[in-house]
Amino acid sequence: MEILFVVVALAIIIFSVLTVTARRILRSATYLLFTLFATAIVYFMMDYEFLGAVQIAVYAGGIVVLFVFSILLTSRPGEAGERLESRRRGLGILTAVAVATVFGWVLVSRCSQLLVPQPETGLYTMQQLGADMLSTSRGGYMLPFEAVSVLLLACIIGGVVVARRR
Amino acid sequence: MEIKLLYYLIPSLIMFCCGVYGFLTRKNMIAILISLELMLNSIDINFVVFNRYLYPDGHEGMFFSLFAIAIAAAETALAIAIIINLYRATKNIDVRDTNKLKG
Repeated sequence: MEILFVVVALAIIIFSVLTVTARRILRSATYLLFTLFATAIVYFMMDYEFLGAVQIAVYAGGIVVLFVFSILLTSRPGEAGERLESRRRGLGILTAVAVATVFGWVLVSRCSQLLVPQPETGLYTMQQLGADMLSTSRGGYMLPFEAVSVLLLACIIGGVVVARRR
Repeated sequence: MEIKLLYYLIPSLIMFCCGVYGFLTRKNMIAILISLELMLNSIDINFVVFNRYLYPDGHEGMFFSLFAIAIAAAETALAIAIIINLYRATKNIDVRDTNKLKG
């Protein structure tokens, strides 16, 4: 478990740095895919198998494919590996380091509360998850579930309206 | 060695900072969207990890991440539709040059 954690943490760090520093946008999308896979492994380590499966199916299977298609659609023929330039790199590094400093200081100052081991819990089965998702009582998520379905419908209609040819 | 809560927050923090850096420095709109996904993803990790370590009896963080993933997918699909439409109109998706709507 410890070795797996070290590998996953290193993968997250290295691939997310590569995602924002890669010179070609297709490579950037590929590194994003690896970062998302490493995140899915974190979810599996937290015993949330369904969330890890959703992460792989929706992010790695849906969003990254969408990214690759749109990269190929928006680059001129023969320029799919177009080089990316960066602007205001100093400002970017400054802001990222400032964010890291502030949040890192918060983490260090709350160190004693954050150094807790993972508690043992019972298995959260798919049956329980489905029942919680569709229940209206306390701890149920019926309303957000329906709201998300309406949001996805609006997104489908919006996508068709925005992208159709006139 | 036991894996503590703090150890999960460090890669997540670095992922978020990478997202901030990419969001500010990239010029291609799709690359900016990719950086946005990095930030959203690091927040999802935090929700799940806090849920699992500090409140193991509830599952609020897991459900929040679940809905956040669904909303992120919808948002990405719409943003990509807009970007492709913009590319069709101007043959360019550089954020510095997309000033057609500017008054």
